[in-house]
Amino acid sequence: MGKFSKKTETSQNIPTSALPDIIFMLLFFFMVTTVLREQDILVEQKLPQATQLQKLEKKTLISYLFLGKPKNTALYGVEPRIQANDVLINTKDIILWVNQEKDKLSEAERDQITISLKADREVKMGPISDVQFELREADARKILYASTNKIQ
Amino acid sequence: MARSKNRNPPEISTGSMADIAFLLLIFFLVTTTIASNKGIQNLLPPKQDPNQPPPEIKLNERNIFNILVNANDQLLVEGEYMDNTDNLSNQIKEFLLNFGNPDEDAVALYNSLPPSLKGMAKRDPASSDHPMVGGAVVSIKTNRGTSYEKYLEVLDQVKRAYFEIYAERVGLTADQYRALTGKTPAEKELMDRGKEGIPLAISIAEPDKIGGN
Repeated sequence: MGKFSKKTETSQNIPTSALPDIIFMLLFFFMVTTVLREQDILVEQKLPQATQLQKLEKKTLISYLFLGKPKNTALYGVEPRIQANDVLINTKDIILWVNQEKDKLSEAERDQITISLKADREVKMGPISDVQFELREADARKILYASTNKIQ
Repeated sequence: MARSKNRNPPEISTGSMADIAFLLLIFFLVTTTIASNKGIQNLLPPKQDPNQPPPEIKLNERNIFNILVNANDQLLVEGEYMDNTDNLSNQIKEFLLNFGNPDEDAVALYNSLPPSLKGMAKRDPASSDHPMVGGAVVSIKTNRGTSYEKYLEVLDQVKRAYFEIYAERVGLTADQYRALTGKTPAEKELMDRGKEGIPLAISIAEPDKIGGN
């Protein structure tokens, strides 16, 4: 009996002195990976799923176009709209927008511009093909259908 | 006695350090959006000159693998109705590697393939001649009312067929092949060796004006 009671007297404290370090490590990880969103997404974004995804390496060459039903249907209606930067634009404004995006790049990289088409899965092919037609006109032919990974 | 008190450096309590760090951590956890640049790559055709009609390219019907998706998201593959896309990539692989009527270059290409891909060549005269330039083309045609999700699902399967062929040629899995970036010469060499002679020939037709707006 005496033996058992002695053993229970050992301290049960978990050393917590390393806890701040662990938390700091996590903190630094998230601080480094975080990208504060500079723009509000005005359209719905439920990206479609696919399996054959490829990753783009050079982020500076990518420009984003968002497509989907507006979140604020009272103001913008229910038809799918295109968002570039912060505003909703019309299909015919795409050429202008592409040229503005190209101007941001250096001359050597201009023809390598890639448009990441972030389209909602509910969108029909009509608006998509209109956008693609305008992108062809603007000579920005590399596009990326942004999608999330489907678990097989 | 007063002196001995001064000798002890004042201690800052570090007990709340973890709490402060936690607070910051939670802030960044909430605001973070890990940007993903993942997706399916596609190259659009060059723009059309309105004064110059597109050149008539003569392709034999047997060299085109037709995939039609209508406004109800139903699939018509090579003239036959299909319920789902599960088997689509295998069909495309068989079509691409058919070698029905190969010319000299295509025979050389065939001989360079690994045995597993050679086995897929059925040499069916009604299917594609060879997968090289001027040979097999996969055509996807949609309506304006087709959903984007379905279109991407079909395109995904077509890409899958190609990547599986490329990966098989260099002895990788399709996932490993897709992860190649071409940054190092060794990776670039692998990518080129996979693609050599079998260009990605996916033709995406302008959608019909049915069921859309």
